[in-house]
This record gives sequence, structure tokens and C-alpha cells, in this order.
Amino acid sequence: MSQLLEVSGISVSFDGFKAINNLSFSIGHAEMRAIIGPNGAGKTTFMDIVTGKTKPDEGSVLWGDLSRNLIGMNEAKIARIGIGRKFQRPTVFEDQSVFDNLMIAVRNDRSPLAVLFFRPKTKDNDKVHELASTIGLSQELMRKSGELSHGQKQWLEIGMLLAQDPKLLLVDEPAAGMTLGEREHTTDILKEAAKTRAVVVIEHDMEFIRRLDCKVTVLHEGSVLAEGALDHVTKNQDVIDVYLGR
Amino acid sequence: MKNSFFMKNPSLLVFLGLLALFTLGVTLMSEAYGSGLVSTSFVKTLGKTLCLALVAIAMDLVWGYTGILSLGHFAFFGVGGYMIGMWLMYARTEIIVVNSMASAPIPPTASELSDAIGSQIFGVVGSSDFPAIWMFADSLVLQLFMVVLVPGLVALVFGWLAFRSRVTGVYLSILTQAMTLALSLYLFQNDSGLRGNNGLSGLQNLPGADNIPQSVISIWFLWGSALALALTYIATSFVVSGKFGSVIRGIRDDEARVRFLGYSVEGYKLFVFVLTAIMAAIGGALYYPQAGIINPAEIAPIASIYLAVWVAIGGRGRIYGAVIGAVVVSLVSTWFTGGQAPNINLGFYVVKWVDWWQVLLGLSFVLVTLFAPKGIGGLVDLFTGRLAPSRKGAPLGPDAGSLREEEAEK
Repeated sequence: MSQLLEVSGISVSFDGFKAINNLSFSIGHAEMRAIIGPNGAGKTTFMDIVTGKTKPDEGSVLWGDLSRNLIGMNEAKIARIGIGRKFQRPTVFEDQSVFDNLMIAVRNDRSPLAVLFFRPKTKDNDKVHELASTIGLSQELMRKSGELSHGQKQWLEIGMLLAQDPKLLLVDEPAAGMTLGEREHTTDILKEAAKTRAVVVIEHDMEFIRRLDCKVTVLHEGSVLAEGALDHVTKNQDVIDVYLGR
Repeated sequence: MKNSFFMKNPSLLVFLGLLALFTLGVTLMSEAYGSGLVSTSFVKTLGKTLCLALVAIAMDLVWGYTGILSLGHFAFFGVGGYMIGMWLMYARTEIIVVNSMASAPIPPTASELSDAIGSQIFGVVGSSDFPAIWMFADSLVLQLFMVVLVPGLVALVFGWLAFRSRVTGVYLSILTQAMTLALSLYLFQNDSGLRGNNGLSGLQNLPGADNIPQSVISIWFLWGSALALALTYIATSFVVSGKFGSVIRGIRDDEARVRFLGYSVEGYKLFVFVLTAIMAAIGGALYYPQAGIINPAEIAPIASIYLAVWVAIGGRGRIYGAVIGAVVVSLVSTWFTGGQAPNINLGFYVVKWVDWWQVLLGLSFVLVTLFAPKGIGGLVDLFTGRLAPSRKGAPLGPDAGSLREEEAEK
């Protein structure tokens, strides 16, 4: 089976600082992957490159069975072909209801005219309700999302990603600031999502990653330091030196 | 029924009702159709105020809803006025010239006629040739198209260049000011083809309506302005109520999130920018025949800043807020600058409102921004109970849920 996303040999530097250095990474169609690494290892920059926010100086990012090159596409187009991204800080539209937040994300024609005359059909409403129950916000649909707790906002943002029906989900620190119970729920949502699509999770919390129970990629100074099962990489001496030992 | 258009926009029916009552009331008190309590010049002031409310709605849509602080929408308003002014001036001059030449022993040829009209219109700037931009001025229909097309195209080109380069925030505001300044400086030139700083005048005289008194025409324009305002209100309510409204408010609050959801943020901004430019131009095309004259000073950058002040004072992000702001500020301004406000004698200094009104306006803008960011329109929330919880203080973190510091202390 061919890979869904193949990143090969990308490098990018900001004012001479090499944030990503000859990094290669690939993920299959229905796979969960965790990325860990110390601060400044280039985890978020890696997501910026895949989602089109940052252009790499060299290397290629190939997508899907047709191996389309994503470099040079804008963020909106990359999002439309099936890459969803969750930011580190929960970003939802706080002034709008949970329902509207999900409806705006549901996969539909995104062009201005189509959106202007858009009227939600039964399947759109059903999709919103289904997502709301997945992320545990069925009771909160009509509340303004700004009133939600931090953890609920994180779920709502994950729900918005799922609504886009992406083939690849990039999730940046989903468990930050969550209680233990909320973390478990988050794990469940992500594991469920990974059954049908690829999910990449950036996380610092080792317990959280252990529960995700997936292959782990360790980044350090912009390139891959180690890759494999969590137990395998945590025994790796390099990983202990640069990350776990600190 | 719960999701019907009117239920989603409760202010719409109230607004349309009030507007109808107002228009009817003014008509019944006018010199032409009623008791004559309201003078014709005040009817014109009221009609013009409705046009200002229209352009304020456009400003609210682009700024209050989409978050683009454009300081150039009054330029589109002025361009709309110029476009209709060209026809008004041409058609009326044509009638006058034809009449005066009719008594000549030899009937004038077409080119003589055109020269005579040209020297009548452009005599003040020392020219008699029609510039190319006047080529459609003899046709009302074509010139009405120009009212929509010219500002629309200017907005399209400008917006495309600006949004494509992802210019946002204060830089975009400065850019729109620069556009406005450039346009007004260009129009000030005598060879711009629009009579330089003389502008276009005599616009209150409708061609072929010489025996209809101004008192009647002013009521026609009042009705026309009210109709245009009502349609703009309905159209804007439609734009902001559905998913489109959701997307543009999303762009205002978090542009990057909208982009990563797969929406072309630049396309949406351009759409709104062009749409509101056209709305503004229609407002201008109704305003200047009532004002009677348009000159480049109308397009000066300060006018567009006033527009932002109206919307801020009235309340951004709600359509009636823009209307309230434009109506209140422009009527109060008329009162103060018209010499009707009594001077205040402080003994050592006499406060003349004609001079001090601007200071008062500036001060109220600062105070509204600091202490009542919702503007006058925010008062409506007191009645509808739409009060948002005061969310001051830092988030408390996961355990206290959504409460923030000060809320939790209660």
C-alpha cells in the first residue's frame, strides 16, 4: 500500500537558524502517529510546512495516490484536499455557537457564492449532531463557544477538523491544559478517528502518548532522531540524552 | 419557522416598520404633500441622512462583520455620485443648449451641438472637449450601469492586489487611505475630465422636470433613498445571517482558522469589499442629486474616517448600529454646524459650536471606544437581555470549567 503523505528531505531556515534539517517522514492511510521532541525541535514548523503556511527551502511533500506536490499550494487548497490542522492553542470562533462552529467546518462547497446561498440540508444537520455527540458537546450546541471550558474548546476544534472529513489530521498538543478525565476522552476521539484516516499528534505528555498506543517519531534539531514503538524509542540512548533525560 | 429569515433577524421587521413610518410621516408633513411643517431643505437633509445610513451599513459589513477597517468607502460613495452627476449635468445642459439654438436661422449640426454642450460644461476649466470618460453620459441607463461598474472595478482591482499580498490590519487601512487620497487629488486636477475642484453642480435639477417644484422632487428622493436603504438592510441581513455571515465573522476573529478550514479568505474579503463598494456607490448616487453638488473635497480621506466614526459610535457588528450611528451623528452634526446650537459664554471664552463640534465628536469617539465598545446600539442589549457575561480576568484552567477569575470569585 502506498503512503498517504511522503515528506522527503525538507529543510527550512529562519534567519540562518535551521528549524528543519533534511527531514523525511511518511504516514499511511489509516495510521496514528505521535511526534515528540524537545522545544524547538521543529514539530510545529513541520506542520506549518505540510499545511502550506511555510515554504521549505528544499525537499518535497507528496500527497495521496497521485503523489501531488503540496509545496506551492495555499493553505485553503491544502485544507480542501484533505488535511485538517488543530492549533496548539484552541482556536474556535468564540463569538459563535458550537453549532455554527461545526456547521462552518462541515465538508461542503467552500466558494463564496455557494456559501452565500447555502441552506443546511438534513444530512448537514445530522452530521453536526453526530459530531457533537462524538466530542461530547451535544448539550452545548446552542451555547457560544467562548463560554466553553478549555478542554471543551479543544474538543470542539477536533470536531471541526473531523467535520471537514480530512484524510490526514494534524493535531498540535491536544491534551494541553486538560484534566485526566478529559485526556482520556481526547484519546478515545483520536483513536476512533485513526481507524479511518491518518492522524499525527504532537504531544509532550508521555502518558498521553502511551495511551494512544502508536508508532512514535522523535524530532530533534529539525530532523528525525528515532522512530518506532514508544518502548523502543524511550530506550534509545540518543532520545534519553536529548529529551527524556532533561 | 424557527429558522426563517425574519426570526434570525428580529431587527429587520422593526427597522422596516420604523423606516416606513418615518418616510410616511415626513411626507405628510412636507410642503408638497402635507402640512408643510417640514421645510423642503430639511426633507433633503433627511433624504441625505438615509443615504449616509446606507453607506454606514456597507461600512459595518466590511468592518464590523468582516474586520477589514477600510478607510476608503466614502470614495466609492463619491464615485457613485460623480457617475450619476455626469448624466444629470449632461442631459440638463443638452436641453438648455438645444433650446437656445432652436431659434437660430440654421439648425445646428450634431458636432456644433456637442461643442456647445462641451463648452458649457467645461468652460470653467478652460476646455470644451468631452473627455473619454464622458462617452456614456448621454444615456441614463449606461450611466446607471457605470454607478455600479466603476466603483466595483476599482474595488476589485484594489482589493485583489491588497488581499492577495495578505495586507491586513492597520496597513490595509493606510493603503485604503492612500487610495482615497490619490483619487481625490486626481479629481482636483482640472484635466481629470470632471471639472477639477469645481466638481459637478446643479444636480438637484432633474433634466426635463423643470416644472416640477423641488418640494416634490425632494420627496421622490426621500422615498427612493428609503427604498434603497430598506433593500440594503434586507440584503445585508441576508448576507450576515447564514453560513456566509459565519465565515466572515470567523475571518474577523481568526483569519488563520478559516483558512485552515479550507476557505479562501482572500476570495471572501474581495467579495465583501466589492459588494460594499457597490452599496456605497448606490448610496452616493442617491445622495448627490439631493445635495446638488459634488466636488473632490467630498472624497477627501477625512470623509471615510468619519464613516468609521459613525459606525463605531453606533455599534459595530450590528446593522441597526450603523444606521443609528450615521443618523445620530450626521443630524447632530447638522444641528451644531448649522449655527442652531446656542453658543456657551464662559466669560473668558465663548464656545462656538461650529468650531468645537469636531472636538466634541472626537471626544465622544474616544469615550465610546474606551467605555462603550458596543456603541449606542449596545443599549438595545439592555432590552433584549442579550448581555454577554463579563469575561474579565484570566481563564482558571480545567478544574473550574469555563469560569474566569472574577466570575469564580462571585
